[in-house]
Amino acid sequence: MADEPLVLGIETSCDETGVGVVRGTTLLADAIASSVDEHARFGGVVPEVASRAHLEAMVPTIDRALREAGVSARDLDGIAVTAGPGLAGALLVGVSAAKAYAYALGKPLYGVNHLASHICVDQLEHGALPEPTMALLVSGGHSSLLLSTDITSDVRPMGSTIDDAAGEAFDKIARVLDLGFPGGPVIDRYAREGDPEAIAFPRGLTGPRDAVYDFSFSGLKTAVARWIEAKRAAGEEVPVRDVAASFQEAVVDVLTRKAVRACKDEGVDHLMIGGGVAANSRLRALAQERCEAAGIRLRVPRPKLCTDNGAMVAALGAEMVARGRAASDWDLSADSSLPVTDPHVPGTSQAHGHGHDHVHETAKENLYS
Amino acid sequence: MLLLALDTATPAVTVALHDGTDVVASSSQVDARRHGELLLPAVDRVLAEAGTRLDAVTGIVVGVGPGPYTGLRVGLMTADTFGLALGVPVHGLCTLDGLAYASGLDVPFVVATDARRKEVYWARYADARTRVTDPAVDRPAEIADAVAGLPAVGAGALLYPDTFPSAHEPEHVSAAALASLAAVRLAAGEELSAPRPLYLRRPDAQVPKNYKVVTPK
Ligand SMILES: [Zn+2]
Repeated sequence: MADEPLVLGIETSCDETGVGVVRGTTLLADAIASSVDEHARFGGVVPEVASRAHLEAMVPTIDRALREAGVSARDLDGIAVTAGPGLAGALLVGVSAAKAYAYALGKPLYGVNHLASHICVDQLEHGALPEPTMALLVSGGHSSLLLSTDITSDVRPMGSTIDDAAGEAFDKIARVLDLGFPGGPVIDRYAREGDPEAIAFPRGLTGPRDAVYDFSFSGLKTAVARWIEAKRAAGEEVPVRDVAASFQEAVVDVLTRKAVRACKDEGVDHLMIGGGVAANSRLRALAQERCEAAGIRLRVPRPKLCTDNGAMVAALGAEMVARGRAASDWDLSADSSLPVTDPHVPGTSQAHGHGHDHVHETAKENLYS
Repeated sequence: MLLLALDTATPAVTVALHDGTDVVASSSQVDARRHGELLLPAVDRVLAEAGTRLDAVTGIVVGVGPGPYTGLRVGLMTADTFGLALGVPVHGLCTLDGLAYASGLDVPFVVATDARRKEVYWARYADARTRVTDPAVDRPAEIADAVAGLPAVGAGALLYPDTFPSAHEPEHVSAAALASLAAVRLAAGEELSAPRPLYLRRPDAQVPKNYKVVTPK
């Protein structure tokens, strides 16, 4: 529909420079420039390398997105940008661009939350989000279970990782196996030819007294590394495919088990999965199986919309416009630790601000997505 | 001609509007940690003070550093994006040249700004308009011979009196000086540089050797 809000979204929280254009819940363009190759030899995202790449890629990527969408900048109803959480220096490049663009075009600016955007992007794939929505977000930077009754105003954390993000565990195990960076896709590939039950790796935080919805992948990571080292020390060949499959099974078993449990406990009859790890084929398959058994409808966007991108930011921005949420002020800052409970950063002229420390880096190793 | 100049390569967040003859409005705030928050409101204020709007601007001038990267990029990204949205040219100027121009000196001198990590960004000038060395980043003690006996301006010079005994104002760059310099150069038919950052250092990053062994010894 032509009267739905036309919004351009900018995402620079990690190593992808993403610019997307949406009209309401319709995806018009999803342009991405990635600096992942520049990080590969460092085995992880180097914040300064990412920030430099964002500066160079931004203008060409905005241009490309508008061309792809076939719209003129003049016709936009708003500019949305990831205000946080993420790498502080990287976020600041996107926020600076979005502010300048919105100001120059005379359009409202919406600083939005990266995590809420990961959830909202599913509207582009499967239509309006059911309310409430249960969401499992898994990437190199985050592993969270979130419950949202209104993606523009109410996102509640159910649980999250107490140590490593799921994607980080994939990267680290890939490194132990000498499979390169990023680890997610390559582990997924090897695991397809391996036996997921070959090795019984531990399932973190699944004991009767453990936090029901929290995750822990640090112990698993150590257990897998030890197992591999023991094989090597004994002079035996490491069965890479079986290790990959068994490790991956341990991760996705816990993720899906807890997500389904949360849906049941809260009486939510559908689950959305987002973030870079949502591209994992075994996670998708097992989630589908368990959701079906529990009578829950599963919603997972296509892989390109699961990893970081500008379309997800535009999707949430469009929802902000559609629901009449307050625009951000011109002094909007990048907030590397923006709480998940703030879906956007409204201007202080229309709403009260929030007081929390926003200068420290929380995601130095935002590796996977 | 209406030039909007901005610079965020030093602790100053500075914006000015120049009509080809004079600076018509300007704003400078010193706050090394809030470039991102302060820049756009400053642009808005300067335009309001001059009674004009951004779409009246015919060109953007931006300080390309050298300077601490995070702040530097705020000005460059803002300038790039203004250029895209308005369809006007974006000109880059070395931030040290802006400081040199503001000094008004007509004798050889040095400009030095604070590069943190006990280093300075610096260059030598024959006079306020003529730079004679490429911008560089060094420890003050290592360049003592190269700058000996020369007057010096900039926060980096004021910070290290052992190396720069005759350091004086201006301490920070002003967009007003940057805009005036750009106007003079453009009027003289000179080509200004592309608005690309002068980092002068490689990103801090190390290629990991091997993963950490976790099996107890
Ligand atoms: Zn993400």
